[in-house]
Amino acid sequence: MDRLAYDIVVVGGGAAGLRAAIAAAESDPKLTIGLVSKVYPMRSHTVSAEGGTAAVMREYDNFELHCLDTIKGSDYLADQDAVEFFVAHCPEEIIQLDHWGLPWSRDDDGKIEQRAFGGMSVKRTCFAADKIGFHILHTLFQTSMKYPQIVRHDEWFVTDLIVENGAAAGVVALDIRRGELSYINAKAVVLATGGAGRVYEFTTNGFIKTGDGMALAYRAGVPLKDMEMVQFHPTCLPGTGILITEAARGEGGTLINKDGERFMKTYLPGKMELGPRDILSRSEIQEIRAGRGFEGPHGAYVGLDLRHLGEKAIDERLPMVRELAEKYLGLDPIHEPIPVRPGQHYIMGGVSTNMHGETNVPGLYAVGETACVTINGANRLGSNSLSECLVFGTATGLSATTYAKKTDWPRGTAAKEALAKEEARIFGGLMKREVGKESVSAIRKEMQQIMDRDVGIFRDEKGLTDACAKLATLRQRFADVGVADKDRVFNTELTQALELDFMLDVAQAIAWSALNRRESRGAHSRTDYTNRDDANYLKHSLAFRADGAPRIDYLPVTITKWQPQARKY
Amino acid sequence: MAGEKSITFRVRRYQPQGTKGPYYQDYNVPYRDDEVVLDGLNYIKDQLDPTLTFRWSCRMGICGSCGMDVNGSPKLTCGTFIRDAGRGGVVQVDPLTSFNSIKDLVTDFDPFMDHFAHVKPWLIREKEKPVAQGEYLQYPEDLTAYRQQSLCINCTLCYAACPVFQGDDRFVGPASLAMALRYIRDTRDQGAEQRFERISTEHGIWECTFVGECSVVCPKEVDPAGAIQTLKLMATTRRMRKLLMPKSAPR
Repeated sequence: MDRLAYDIVVVGGGAAGLRAAIAAAESDPKLTIGLVSKVYPMRSHTVSAEGGTAAVMREYDNFELHCLDTIKGSDYLADQDAVEFFVAHCPEEIIQLDHWGLPWSRDDDGKIEQRAFGGMSVKRTCFAADKIGFHILHTLFQTSMKYPQIVRHDEWFVTDLIVENGAAAGVVALDIRRGELSYINAKAVVLATGGAGRVYEFTTNGFIKTGDGMALAYRAGVPLKDMEMVQFHPTCLPGTGILITEAARGEGGTLINKDGERFMKTYLPGKMELGPRDILSRSEIQEIRAGRGFEGPHGAYVGLDLRHLGEKAIDERLPMVRELAEKYLGLDPIHEPIPVRPGQHYIMGGVSTNMHGETNVPGLYAVGETACVTINGANRLGSNSLSECLVFGTATGLSATTYAKKTDWPRGTAAKEALAKEEARIFGGLMKREVGKESVSAIRKEMQQIMDRDVGIFRDEKGLTDACAKLATLRQRFADVGVADKDRVFNTELTQALELDFMLDVAQAIAWSALNRRESRGAHSRTDYTNRDDANYLKHSLAFRADGAPRIDYLPVTITKWQPQARKY
Repeated sequence: MAGEKSITFRVRRYQPQGTKGPYYQDYNVPYRDDEVVLDGLNYIKDQLDPTLTFRWSCRMGICGSCGMDVNGSPKLTCGTFIRDAGRGGVVQVDPLTSFNSIKDLVTDFDPFMDHFAHVKPWLIREKEKPVAQGEYLQYPEDLTAYRQQSLCINCTLCYAACPVFQGDDRFVGPASLAMALRYIRDTRDQGAEQRFERISTEHGIWECTFVGECSVVCPKEVDPAGAIQTLKLMATTRRMRKLLMPKSAPR
């Protein structure tokens, strides 16, 4: 076992984690930072983001407008002080990435170009063709390699947080390659493990997005905020769930039904295809239910039509869209519409933090999709999430630095106890159990199907009650899951079991939060409570882990200057 | 995956803590025409044999995790269709030959990380411009100069295809050298001198014999072979210029 200690441990090597690590490294070179990630950082799911990242960069735009768009997009569930902070800091993050070498797409004047995006009232989204996530991730990862004080633990899987005297004191982690558990002492811990899309079956998310950081914090007594707010992206490839970027619509792509009609004129004539994602996803489902969808081998879908954009524009600005359509569907979007349907994409909810990334446990921070600050409220606008990773990555890295510098090293007794507990749970329990009637893959699939069916785009009391009950049963059945692979080295059966354990916690938090919010707001659409109910629900949901069902509590929304109004586009 | 057709996946297995060495195991995998080799491996993992070990994540050709040898060629398994891969009714899957196997289809990736870091893959400035002063101007043609090399996803298929690297793992290798060119050609960068010191060496660009296989297997058309030839030319020009005009040495 290694004896490891860092001033700050960052869990997760995507955009948020890397940005936090670099901010900490730059603010004080004497600080030691451990970057612990279950994959090599450039595999993180930030890599799959396509369309762009938002910031006010030009004279035609201003902070007030970006705030208003974001708050309106959130259906007034965003905390407005956090949104103001966010919007004011986006531009400097864009410039910082330019200084670190990001290959931004440029205007003819040499400045960073911007494109239109859903719910944004002006061209505000900076981009790099349609591979912005890939470029942000690689730019940040490569930049992080400059700093010797950032020590990476690639392919280490964090299984537990260490809490000593009520404060975060490090993590217990499995070195996947060696198959050994260690504790890593730290003065501050930053959770940046991304979202939890894999609790759903039809998702744009990569396999690694299993809510690890959310579950780690939840188990340490931190509430998960607004977990019922799950974003479904309107343009995913049927079958695989592969994402086709919103930039396709930002560049002029349209959505059509089987009669070739731009059906958004029925649902959102003011914004058409550039409406926010929650409204577009619901419109597609309604259009399909009305019998106007196309039929395909993977069910009904609608068409994303780029034909009128022409080959040159598609190749210059949307090369990955063409690549994905050609590769996975065998069709060329220059000549044919792309089949699309809504799929799970993003979780607005997450570990409850303030705008400094702080949780209710001293020394424990969360940032990025893992966290809920919240600037996204009930519906995130496309291209705000990468900016969120950058702005709050920096803020969180700096607040963790300040905290670590005034904090003594933990004594280490809690670390030893946590390690012994994890040894017993993982190698004494899970690894020793034989594979019986319960398997990781079967329980995972059942969970995903429950979530797709009853905690999806449209929800009601009956379905949600049913989902809560079934998820509780799955939690009990998980206790009988065993592992066939007894070889400790790189045991992905074991890590998948640990991930499923985390996902079951997250799925329960989502379902129970959704059951208890008896209104429709943003992405949370209840067919039995179809109106927004500010009198009773202009508040954040908080899910606390408890025996059996989560305990649901609430927190007021911070309103600064934008009073809630009907959300009309 | 209730396809009507099925095919044999012949997978190279290796358990480091087991008693036997590497061996092949056959699995019968049903498939549809729109399914990729990675889908087949996941079918095996979920339905037939949970001990099968491989890396994957995005399943859309951008995270770079799932590179393997498919019927002897380095491929991203998420972008290789079973219908195209099956030869004689068999899809044979081996770990990439570039690095040692840790377990089954998982290889040791650390040697690549060392080569990659060697070329200083970050923007180098003599003096940092304050963020408050805004972005560096860069025109569309400036972007074109390095864009191709910036598309590398670090999947290391090129290392598996490179006969030079197979013979000498000290060779810095295709993806890392292409990344050096990516930064050298970036108008914002001033680190060319530092990088040429690292790569214009015996185990750097001069070890490449221009076989070109790296560019053939690259799933992102980064063309590392072309990049290395460009670097050789640039290194030679720099040397000549230094000899002839010692005072006007380029950065």
